[in-house]
Amino acid sequence: MIAELGLAALWMAAALAAFQLVAGAFGLTQRGSSLGSAVRPVAVVQGLLALTAFLCLIYVFAVTDLSVKLVALNSHSMKPLIFKIAGAWGNHEGSMLLWVTVMGMAGGFVALVEKRLPEPTMLATLAGQAFVSLGFYAFLLIASNPFERIFPVPAEGNGLNPLLQDLGLAFHPPTLYLGYVGLSIAFSFAIGALVTREVGPAFARAMRPWVLGAWIFLTIGITAGSYWAYYELGWGGWWFWDPVENASLMPWLAATALLHSASVLASRNALRAWTVMLGVVAFSMSMIGTFLVRSGILTSVHAFAVDPERGTFILALLAINIGGALTLFALRASTVTEGERFALVSREGALVFNNVMLSAILGIVLFGTLYPLLAETMGAKVSVGPPYFNPMSALFAVPMLVVLAVGPLLRWRRDRFERIGKALVIPAMLTVAAGIGLLAIGGVALLPFLGMALAAGLAWASVLPLRERNLRRTPLPVWGMVVAHFGIAVSLFGMSCESAFNVEKLVAVKVGDVTTVGPWDVKLDSIEPVAGPNWTALEAGLLVRYGADGAVSRMTPQSRNFWAPPQQTSESALHTRWNGQLYTVLGGEGEDGRWQLRLWWKPFVPLIWIGGLLIALGGVLALLGRVKSDVRRLVAKDKIAYRHERKAQLRERP
Amino acid sequence: MIRLPVLNTPVPHMLALLLMALLMALGLATAAPLMAQEEQSTAPYAYRQLDDPAKEEKAQALMETLRCLQCQGQSIADSDAPIAGSMRSLVRERIEAGEDPEAIRRWLIERYGDYVSYAPRITGLTWPLFAVPAALLLLAFLLLRRRFGGKPEQGEGT
Repeated sequence: MIAELGLAALWMAAALAAFQLVAGAFGLTQRGSSLGSAVRPVAVVQGLLALTAFLCLIYVFAVTDLSVKLVALNSHSMKPLIFKIAGAWGNHEGSMLLWVTVMGMAGGFVALVEKRLPEPTMLATLAGQAFVSLGFYAFLLIASNPFERIFPVPAEGNGLNPLLQDLGLAFHPPTLYLGYVGLSIAFSFAIGALVTREVGPAFARAMRPWVLGAWIFLTIGITAGSYWAYYELGWGGWWFWDPVENASLMPWLAATALLHSASVLASRNALRAWTVMLGVVAFSMSMIGTFLVRSGILTSVHAFAVDPERGTFILALLAINIGGALTLFALRASTVTEGERFALVSREGALVFNNVMLSAILGIVLFGTLYPLLAETMGAKVSVGPPYFNPMSALFAVPMLVVLAVGPLLRWRRDRFERIGKALVIPAMLTVAAGIGLLAIGGVALLPFLGMALAAGLAWASVLPLRERNLRRTPLPVWGMVVAHFGIAVSLFGMSCESAFNVEKLVAVKVGDVTTVGPWDVKLDSIEPVAGPNWTALEAGLLVRYGADGAVSRMTPQSRNFWAPPQQTSESALHTRWNGQLYTVLGGEGEDGRWQLRLWWKPFVPLIWIGGLLIALGGVLALLGRVKSDVRRLVAKDKIAYRHERKAQLRERP
Repeated sequence: MIRLPVLNTPVPHMLALLLMALLMALGLATAAPLMAQEEQSTAPYAYRQLDDPAKEEKAQALMETLRCLQCQGQSIADSDAPIAGSMRSLVRERIEAGEDPEAIRRWLIERYGDYVSYAPRITGLTWPLFAVPAALLLLAFLLLRRRFGGKPEQGEGT
């Protein structure tokens, strides 16, 4: 019953999206202007209906209604409740439903709150949003109905991939989706602005909070996904340039560029066409990412959806949306002027440089990710991995990081290096000092060397915009920028340290044996069987000590056997100190009764994710600042209107 | 410490093993890329490091850039699949014998194709991978020059 309710809600939401599209389009014409007033309420109801459908799906998963095919295929009655719920979006259909839900809710929210733009632009924006949504509704209802029933009802479900039965992963996809789909709003705003030729600061200000919000979720999603891969997959790596990882990185790169160019458009009315273009590109990257992951075109650790028919459907959606938007852009680009001019040495100049570099990195990641697929259609298989992506992206990332140290100190429009040169002496010296220090240590490869040296200078330079400011009066967005840029330095330092100073040890030991890895002594104290709700495991008790006289701690890596579905995983155990992490994995038992241990000492590795969180925190601060000033403006406007009204009333009363 | 047998003899066995695993992988990998962790490779250096840290580091660097043929999304250094274990052992044995890492890579590419290496070579097929960054570099330069170069400082008037 609940499943049918969900399906009905989904059909109604799709119908409303169609109506929203038609009403929005007609609302723009003279004759249909009365239809226009229906668009905003329809957008809100459409979002709520999608949410209803999604809640229905969560319900059937929570109670393990095995008569629903999706539940039978992906869930199991013995699973902990939290993973039953997370199972609702841990599969293809459910995640697509989550996608349209977020999209509908975001559209509804925009319809409710955004009052700054001219009404025709809003109509075009909401019609654009409805157009994109409609494609995804069609995809769900035609090619991947999540509420399909199954008969006969199976006695038990298939279970969820054990790798996915992890809290981190339960919330990783929704976070990324919020980011992916949040960018659809930027896309729709760009469409709306192009259709009505209203590309200006107001458009950038309306779009900016949405881009910021989406970007925050993407940042958190990528950071969390990287940490998940690090501790769950049990090989101690945190980024492998896997196509699925790239699929989340590409929208982030585009959104980062968009964020910066939108701030130029908002405050200086420059870079108009470029910002609109990035708005289109950012969401296109989200769709390409979804296509790559969801179509099963990649066969990798992450790609757990394999169905070519669906791939074709998404590809068609992709072609229609991206092709349509680019055509519109080409038609209107000539009427969008570039806007205000500025000198090379200026805030805008630095931001343009940042944008060009980010776009180039985006181009490399996109091409490197797609090329193996292209080569395969030409009948050859090639692999493109870290040895390609690392140096190629560094080619553009290094100059960008240098400009990142300088740019925030520059004034808008025109500036001179002499004015800020003095402030940059210390960061430059830090970079050189770090470089000399690393040369003295020796044996550090070029990229980690550059990374650590730049990180040292950048960490200092990133807080320089706060100098000569009253800290209590510094606007939140400035704080946000400083925190995010500092986060980049922190993360960069962690990444470089990890690749330069990582120590690995593979040993086979008997219970009671002591081995060493880096500065650690590790003793295999015990091997014991343990059991969980849907698995059994062998658990190693490791006694670890940092240095000769450190405190002894106990670590318990496990080798787990899940029984639904039957699969073996290794649960790593981590021990964190201020200066790094000890990473331990239990392997198999040898014939001579010795146990395989895989140990890593990873200096400063947590900084990678701490930096990522700082970057996201910077985004949150900036978003709070923007929303605060928007609200203040709205309140002020209301007050003024109220005062006018009172005056008019007083005048009327003789 | 076990004396290693003359290096050339284990290779044909390994080849057969690799081929078999490859065939199995082609059949199974799409259906269940994660399932094949049950048995472990028994090759001598699958789970054992070389005694010489410098050589082990070399081997490690190479292994991180070779692709596991079974699980497809992982390097052989990261994979628990039996075939990855055998390949690790092969890499370590050859490094131990003093072979150059790039020569080992070439040897593997010759047998398993470009797919096995994460570091693409420049060939008739892969040249766009290197042309595109160069083109992007040029494009970035031209874009920035068009934006800022050429015209004398006229940014004053709006």
